[in-house]
Amino acid sequence: MKRIYLDNAATTPTDKRVLEAMLPYFSDVYGNPSSLHAFGQETKQAIEEARHIAARLVGARQEEIVFTSGGTESDNAAIKGVAYARHDRGNHIITSKIEHHAVLETCHFLEKQGFSVTYLPVDQFGLVDPEDVRKAITKKTVLISIMHANNEIGTIEPVFEIGRIAKENDVYFHTDAVQTLGHIPIDVNEMNIDLLSASGHKLYGPKGVGILYVKKGVRMHPFMHGGDQEQRRRASTHNVPGIVGFGKAVELAGEEMEREIDNLTLLRDRLIADITASVEFSRLNGHPTRRLPNNVNVSISYVEGESMLLNLDMEGIACSTGSACTSSSLEPSHVLSAIGLPHELAHGSLRFSLGRDSRGSDIDQVIRVLPGIVRKLRSMSPLYKKEVK
Amino acid sequence: MEYSEKVMEHFRNPRNVGEIENADGVGRVGNPVCGDIMELYIKVKGGIITDAKFKTFGCGAAIATSSMVTELVRNKTIEEALQISNRAVAEALGGLPPIKMHCSVLAEEALKKALDDYHERKRLSSAARQRKLQAG
Repeated sequence: MKRIYLDNAATTPTDKRVLEAMLPYFSDVYGNPSSLHAFGQETKQAIEEARHIAARLVGARQEEIVFTSGGTESDNAAIKGVAYARHDRGNHIITSKIEHHAVLETCHFLEKQGFSVTYLPVDQFGLVDPEDVRKAITKKTVLISIMHANNEIGTIEPVFEIGRIAKENDVYFHTDAVQTLGHIPIDVNEMNIDLLSASGHKLYGPKGVGILYVKKGVRMHPFMHGGDQEQRRRASTHNVPGIVGFGKAVELAGEEMEREIDNLTLLRDRLIADITASVEFSRLNGHPTRRLPNNVNVSISYVEGESMLLNLDMEGIACSTGSACTSSSLEPSHVLSAIGLPHELAHGSLRFSLGRDSRGSDIDQVIRVLPGIVRKLRSMSPLYKKEVK
Repeated sequence: MEYSEKVMEHFRNPRNVGEIENADGVGRVGNPVCGDIMELYIKVKGGIITDAKFKTFGCGAAIATSSMVTELVRNKTIEEALQISNRAVAEALGGLPPIKMHCSVLAEEALKKALDDYHERKRLSSAARQRKLQAG
């Protein structure tokens, strides 16, 4: 059976070209970039080259890129780092209800430390209203953190407008770009972004490496204390192979971005059209057009997400669900709840995230098996018989 | 999280799916908020459960525990069926991941509710018979 991977928002395979670029940096070129000898200088050069590539893709300066262990660290570092450094000025943070847990849980932690956080609502498509951001700003606001695009429903947030509002009010603007770096264009200057988080493994790079863009002049406390690495903004010996892989992945993503956006958007829209046409009582979650080129999120009435996911898995198709069944809280996805989906529909959601290797035949295969799976589960569902007859 | 072979087997081929017309007891538990809804139907003859069927909206574990509980109660007396615990259902399935144990609790509750419903119906029908006799 051919296996079909449609969970690229969870992680992507490391591109073979990326792996090849990394391999020499394990056993052959292994110096510590902080060392002054030739061994160290070789790897120092390699990580600075990666930094240069990453900076170029987002329109930043090389020294504004800090290498981290990934998206979660970058989000934590940005939010806590700014909150503590600007505590003298204020203690208020603005974010949204649909952020990744790396942002939300960090904010919850800060609330316990005496900070105050506004969690902005979103509309039915998952969009934050920039006017809500403006209205939420107080004299004590030190940071706005709104994601570039949502990882579950793919909605692309109005970061241009939010960045402008942040700048006008002299508040830092952080954006979680884990789902967007290398996938859709980013320009930190045009978007007035002060801090940006991204991760390597979402763009065909290795796991365990990411970046935090920190605009020159932004005040923040380091997340990791120790050595002098990364201009004292992030101590710890550099993950040289990871950083080299990150650089290569970003380079490839930059080269292939336009073509990939075109390809994936076509496949995405076909998958959305085919599912909603072939499965009765199904609907798209998120925005119809302002969405990531690779994201399809649908809710299918009267059936539960995990049982659909398991059935698809038995057919070799990998996707994910916002159903509560995999969480200990039993609450369905906070994102689907925030866009106003009733519980039944939130539990019955599936996310297909396409990738570089996705083909039209993959979509065909989903459409061949999904309606049958839904039929089978509906025949067992006590909700189906009650509402439809 | 990983399901046992047995859970997956019951999930793939659930036993006794459906409803029983003129059931002697029906138990409906769960709610859309937690994402699992189970309905259990039983048929009783001479104090013995002769048939059991289910309908479930829920995850893999919810479907497998529903299927298993219908298997466990068949041909049991009412008293024996009352002794079936959520642990027994989970054990019969080769265990459940800890965060899925609530599904087995739901299966036990569905069974208890179906048995309560059976007793309630019996009480009502005998009361009705009494009234009829007195009226006659």
